[in-house]
Amino acid sequence: MLKLGQADYDALRAHGEETYPHECCGVLLGKNDADGNQVHKIVRAGNTRTDRAHDRYNIAPEELIRVQRQARGLGLDIVGFYHSHPDHPAQWSKTDFDEAHWVGCSYIITSVEHGKATLSNSFLLTGTGEEDKKFVDEQVQVVAGEAGSAKENVQA
Amino acid sequence: MKIHIPTPLRQYTKGQQTVTVGGTSITDALQDLTTNYPELRNHLYTGEGKLRSFVNIYLNDDDIRYLPEKEATKTGDDDELTIIPSIAGGN
Repeated sequence: MLKLGQADYDALRAHGEETYPHECCGVLLGKNDADGNQVHKIVRAGNTRTDRAHDRYNIAPEELIRVQRQARGLGLDIVGFYHSHPDHPAQWSKTDFDEAHWVGCSYIITSVEHGKATLSNSFLLTGTGEEDKKFVDEQVQVVAGEAGSAKENVQA
Repeated sequence: MKIHIPTPLRQYTKGQQTVTVGGTSITDALQDLTTNYPELRNHLYTGEGKLRSFVNIYLNDDDIRYLPEKEATKTGDDDELTIIPSIAGGN
């Protein structure tokens, strides 16, 4: 299960609306525990695929390194990523799968239909590496406040 | 020098997010890393021994693929290597 706060959930969906008709992308910082990945902070990233930003995204490694440093400073880890699918279902694509290499991390995909965020789904990349990796549907639990300090739970 | 390990590979470094290695070059450092944590080798390199295409390694702020001497670049104790798999996709 992926757990994240309502504000972060709203923010990553709003990001997809802002960049529509282009894909947005960002990084989920948090901790992994027995219940799964808990998001404590999301960080927006730039999409370097300006050649076809309507259906591709890429985060520059330099930006990822900065985010990873930021996570270390906060005592957090990179636990996942998010991106949007403009006018396309909130389902991972072959490209998403081929380009997914962070085993154990959550990949949130938000469908943005005509500029409005609709469904957000999360997929956990499981396996041990390239040879046996696979995406598994992951329940998203949106909580009031920050994940891990929730007072009220709301199922997404 | 220190090597920062990304989340998915920490299961092969006993959970450590940063490991300290010896040597005076990037080659030395990576050799030391994969000697101490041999399970990492398959995740960093192809069967032919080439760095996997989606694995980025940075010496401080520089991609080692673009350094003039690449992996032969000399390093000091204060340098840091960061291993960072790529993030990309799309519908």
